[in-house]
Amino acid sequence: MENIPSIKFFYPEIIITSLILLILLLVSYSRKTDGWAHYISLAGLILSFIAVLYEVEAQETGIFMNLLALDKFSIYFKSFFILVTGLTILISMGSLEVERLRKSEYYAIILTVCLGMMLLSSSTDLLIIYLTMEMISLSSYVLVGFLREEARSTEAALKYVLFGAACSGCMLYGMSLFYGVSGSTNLYEIKRALVTGSVSPLFLLLAIVLLLGGFFFKISAVPFHMWVPDVYHGAPTPITAFLSVGPKAAGFSILIRFFYLVMVEGSQDVGWSVLKGFDWTMLIGVVSAFTMTIGNLAAIGQSNTKRLLAYSSIAHAGYMLMGFVVLNPFGLKAILFYLIVYLFMNLGAFLFVIAVANTTGEEEIESYRGLAWKAPLPAVAMTVFLFSLTGIPPFSGFVGKVLLFAAVIREQWYILAIVGILNSVISLYYYARIIRVMFLERPVDETPLEITSFNKWVLGAFVIPNIILGIYWGPLMNLVEESFRFIGS
Amino acid sequence: MDIIQGHALTLITFLPLIGAGVILLLPGKKEELIKYTAAFFSALSLLIGIYIYWKFDRNTPNIQFVEHYPWIRYFNIYYYMGIDGISAPMVVLTSLLSFLSVVASWGIDRGVKGYFSLFLILETGMLGVFCALDFFLFYVFWEVVLFPMYFLIGIWGGPKREYAAIKFFLYTLFGSVLMLLAMLALYYWSEPHTFDLLKLTKMRFTRTFQIIIFLALFIGFAIKVPIVPFHTWLPDAHVEAPTAISVILAGILLKMGTYGLYRISYPILPEATVWFSYPLAILGAINIIWGALCAMAQQDMKKLVAYSSISHMGVVLLGMASLTPAGMNGGLFQMFNHGTVTAMLFLLTGVIYDRAHHRDIDRFGGLAVQMPIYAGITSLAFFAGLGLPGLNSFISEALCFLGAFNVYRWTTAIATSGIVFTAGYFLWTYQRMFLGPLNTKYSDLPEINGRELFTLIPLGAIVVFLGIYPSPVLNMMTITMYNLIVMVKP
Repeated sequence: MENIPSIKFFYPEIIITSLILLILLLVSYSRKTDGWAHYISLAGLILSFIAVLYEVEAQETGIFMNLLALDKFSIYFKSFFILVTGLTILISMGSLEVERLRKSEYYAIILTVCLGMMLLSSSTDLLIIYLTMEMISLSSYVLVGFLREEARSTEAALKYVLFGAACSGCMLYGMSLFYGVSGSTNLYEIKRALVTGSVSPLFLLLAIVLLLGGFFFKISAVPFHMWVPDVYHGAPTPITAFLSVGPKAAGFSILIRFFYLVMVEGSQDVGWSVLKGFDWTMLIGVVSAFTMTIGNLAAIGQSNTKRLLAYSSIAHAGYMLMGFVVLNPFGLKAILFYLIVYLFMNLGAFLFVIAVANTTGEEEIESYRGLAWKAPLPAVAMTVFLFSLTGIPPFSGFVGKVLLFAAVIREQWYILAIVGILNSVISLYYYARIIRVMFLERPVDETPLEITSFNKWVLGAFVIPNIILGIYWGPLMNLVEESFRFIGS
Repeated sequence: MDIIQGHALTLITFLPLIGAGVILLLPGKKEELIKYTAAFFSALSLLIGIYIYWKFDRNTPNIQFVEHYPWIRYFNIYYYMGIDGISAPMVVLTSLLSFLSVVASWGIDRGVKGYFSLFLILETGMLGVFCALDFFLFYVFWEVVLFPMYFLIGIWGGPKREYAAIKFFLYTLFGSVLMLLAMLALYYWSEPHTFDLLKLTKMRFTRTFQIIIFLALFIGFAIKVPIVPFHTWLPDAHVEAPTAISVILAGILLKMGTYGLYRISYPILPEATVWFSYPLAILGAINIIWGALCAMAQQDMKKLVAYSSISHMGVVLLGMASLTPAGMNGGLFQMFNHGTVTAMLFLLTGVIYDRAHHRDIDRFGGLAVQMPIYAGITSLAFFAGLGLPGLNSFISEALCFLGAFNVYRWTTAIATSGIVFTAGYFLWTYQRMFLGPLNTKYSDLPEINGRELFTLIPLGAIVVFLGIYPSPVLNMMTITMYNLIVMVKP
């Protein structure tokens, strides 16, 4: 579709862009608007979400000269990112850490990341993929370093920049190789070139591995995970929560779109059919196994909750990669499903960290000693999130894991499935450590811990989807089923 | 009455969960009210359990009290509840022991609200396991049992409770995730894909596949039973758990393991079952002797009872492995009987622990003079434990050994020596605790009280009654068992 008619399918993005401009404009007029920035952002996100809903009825097509795709898949992810951003803003509202910051800029940059993620999930052109990836990365660097007075935060931002720059350099190189073989940056053109032409497997291997470097950086898969613990530890906690879900999901969205569109040919159920001559399933399988194992093993030794959750988020990327290994619709849908349940359990766990740190100023696991006797409701909520992260029914994380395991077992990848379940057991050990400290150990003094009622309500709100999606997940499954549709070439 | 008739299993399973919800809404300060609410809801469950016992048709191997609704259409998952001769006795036993355990928990004085709500969630999980006929549903209930148990041991347990709780949790989670993989593999190998446990029995899987799945399931079940060498979590968990939780643990949770073999492994994987039956018999024999020998070496009365459970569950395995009507019926009947006997033993241990604040067998002596009623009931439980004729364990153990002897002569003969050890440690313990001169330190121990008697007498009555007249329970299972044997060995 030409540019001008495309605009009417671009309302969600336009709304967010104007929102960012509005917030920045207001704050340059008066600093007082800091107090409303989050309300403005939330209202804008809701508007944008409504605009996304209008796209559901629209004909699936490529817009802006096939730079972006308007299909069910992108609508799913756009809604997802709006949800993540909205919830992050809710979490930030309850955080004392954010209270001290320049909030207008803070929220404006979060919205920028949101815009980048929305564009990334719908892009069908290498150029847009690169631009939006950088848009997400650059804004994230700023967000991580937002606590300017704290050395830890600045250090984290610097590490993130260095690592990110290296990875995006790799990715860009990979992209140029793709352009070299196909003469186009459009994904469909690239696929046509790969299917018809005879590209040497070694050349493709290099191109794809370089490209994967950039994607894996975003989803924090081994060996591109080294930045995660320090960055997650140093960033303001709401940003850690945001990074652990939002950009990670964005990474998965483009991973799925790129590889499913370019690398699957003919029968939809057979993955990697375009690429002959190299065992891609094995490569991704090994990455998946290492990602979850290294994430889980490293999490065992952590004493800081944020670092522990950082490593656990690496492990979860590994679980999700199980769905990617087989590269068929079934496994990829499992990832789509898992992202939703992961959103609620992981953000919930970070919210708990924030709520407690607001009062005690502590993020160490030890500081939760006997918390269940001092603040029972938040402790119970955290327990639900942790059990959900472990994958214990009747909580939603269980269903997510079942779908991922089902995807590998369906293709008879038993070894990977066994690695996965062993990892589940390991993860119970360190998640249960938090639960043990909260419930099984007696508090030093039993004075109740004050948690603001706002945070209590939001924690409670996070518990609900964790239980409902664990018991009645049929509707979400249907939604995922409908959303797994791409525009044709 | 129609509602009860049509939804008996849903009611019996979820009434405790509703109770847990109600308790969570009550103010934590009203401890008495919370206890009565818990007792009320588990009593309702028990009433429905009695109703099920009453209405259960003993002349058919078919599934009864069926409830079958689609749950997740995308995966063909159903909310499928139903019971037959294998599950009906277990459902009745579970509802009975749960109610008695609530009464036995009256002494809990810390975190009352949490304790009873978790307990009721646990009850829902256990009853669900025995009622579910959809593998996915079964698995969900199976795992729902884990986390309440973790907290119940970990918060209200003894000095080493943290270690015992996490050990229990990790062990059983490991077993159940293997089961998850087996479940998914069964789903994908069946055509059309299904989780329906009854439809799965009609699939013809290849022998190699059956053996692999059998092994994966078996590890999960073996950890629950527990079968030596997967038993090490059990003594720790039992010793640290509060009395009522030990009752549930030994009385019901262990049975979930052998129930899984009866319900899933045997009918769905018949060829593998035949292939594994001899190793299973050997494992059973090892369990019997190992458990008995370990029990004999114990100083701690609770640990002794815990090891005796391992030994008695070995009898179930031996009976099951025989694949004969006598052995299979005996195995299931032994599950029921052991539930009642071991519950008595743990309750009795709790009684003495509440008074003397230790369970060291050697430090007692001559208690029969001080607490004659207690000594009397204990002797009943001990005799039931060692399989005295006239008490229920005798019948089930005799059936198991009888069935097994025809098939595995030597193994059974060796396993039978376990009975001698069992008699040895029970009688020796009785002698050390109750006979001889009274230890003067305990000359002011009060006699067993009314509430404790209330929990023990129904169990004692069942032990004696079924010992004389076993048919009321035995005839629930015979036809189903016959049917199962035909399935395994056509």
